[in-house]
Amino acid sequence: MAGTTTSDVRLIGAWPSPFVMRARIALNIKSVYYEFLQEQLGSKSDLLLKSNPVHKKIPVLIHGDRPICESLVIVQYIDDVWASGPSILPSDPYDCAIARFWAAYIDEKWFPSLSGIARAQGEEAKKAAIEQVVEGLVLLEDAFVKCGKGRAFFGGDTIGYLDIALGCYLGWIRVTEKMNNMKLLDEAKTPNLVTWADKFCGDGSVKDVMPETDKLAEFAKVLMAKFRAPPPN
Amino acid sequence: MTYGSNNIPPIELFIILVTPHPDQFIRFWCFSLTVAMSDELVLLSMWPSPFGLRVQIALAEKRVEYEYKEEDLFNKSSLLLTVNPVHKKVPVLIHNGKAICESLAIVEYIDEVWNDRSPLLPSDPCRRAEARFWADFVDKKAASKKVWRSKGEDQEEAKRELIEIFKVLEGELGDKPYFGGDNFGLVDIALVPFYSRFYTLDKFGNFSIEAECPVLVAWAKRCMKRESVFKSLPDSEKVYDFVLQVNKWFGIH
Repeated sequence: MAGTTTSDVRLIGAWPSPFVMRARIALNIKSVYYEFLQEQLGSKSDLLLKSNPVHKKIPVLIHGDRPICESLVIVQYIDDVWASGPSILPSDPYDCAIARFWAAYIDEKWFPSLSGIARAQGEEAKKAAIEQVVEGLVLLEDAFVKCGKGRAFFGGDTIGYLDIALGCYLGWIRVTEKMNNMKLLDEAKTPNLVTWADKFCGDGSVKDVMPETDKLAEFAKVLMAKFRAPPPN
Repeated sequence: MTYGSNNIPPIELFIILVTPHPDQFIRFWCFSLTVAMSDELVLLSMWPSPFGLRVQIALAEKRVEYEYKEEDLFNKSSLLLTVNPVHKKVPVLIHNGKAICESLAIVEYIDEVWNDRSPLLPSDPCRRAEARFWADFVDKKAASKKVWRSKGEDQEEAKRELIEIFKVLEGELGDKPYFGGDNFGLVDIALVPFYSRFYTLDKFGNFSIEAECPVLVAWAKRCMKRESVFKSLPDSEKVYDFVLQVNKWFGIH
């Protein structure tokens, strides 16, 4: 983009990261222009290390000169600051608490089980890892029915906090399905989530930031090769 | 069940309300009390749980009455298993029949519902984000039990890691009275329950957290002067005895 003015809103991230995607979706929902500063795989920029000295991780939202870290903290911050746009968190305190509960479950229990599939050695271990992920998705299917109350998203008629918390992983879910030749989200066990996934990925605030499955699968191969490579002499 | 400052069960108030009475003031007063007392709040927790203590402190800060139900770690009630089927853990806050789980989600819920007093989060979005970041940091890093579940080099490493985490927190606290600045808030509530474990950590680790992290311990002692904290936190030696008992049960040491 032409011009040398520093954007008021900058996001340090990387296109494959589901956590970065959360921030991008939230900014898109609020129609906030931001400068996307992409980190390179295998190295961390000085700006990242300065802005997130505690965890040294992406995403980091820099608003003016204030850094905000941790993806779900960033999403809530975006909702608080750009209050005039569509709401991301539910207005009702109980619905909000339920959304926070499930977002914590997704990050602390469900996502580690998804990563567990790639780490599983052998057929038996892989099968067990897949079952664990599907069990979690069945719980989330139930949560969807209760939270969504018959509407398109966890948040109701528009994408909300819990949609963002789970939906950011859809690219990686599809890559895992492709690489293991099976379905994690299927019509039999999680019919509502199957419909929800399509609507989420097709939403205006999501479609330009959700990576294509093939591109992400290529990236996954590069990542796996990098972590399995012997250390340099 | 405690019913605020009175001990008249709501049903008797209701009877007064529906019985024709010439004095409108009395009818209105009974109606108001019935409405005020119809907020049913139950907390399922365990006395040593730092996560449960967060909720107790938050409710005390808001001066909200509730019924406390003690859960047995080795024999969880059917109520707990029903209201938290996903994790089967405490704390669970049940407000008018609706269950809320996950301690930090509960604390934010309490702050949102009783928003007319003692705010637990700042109003400025940037400071709110900072508070949530540090509360999340406490959750991810400060809850480790490795110091009392390991020995030898593993234990030494666990001690080093914990002190490093506490020093990061000291850095964030700086010379502020609380993590929330002048106001006791979310991060203080998230962290101070772990102060009840410091005696246990010192005994098992054969070190002194106060010597290593004097600023943090000074902050904890400052928090202990607040009624919400000193009335909630269990006795440190009682926590140590409990940890010994749990270790024995799990066959550790």
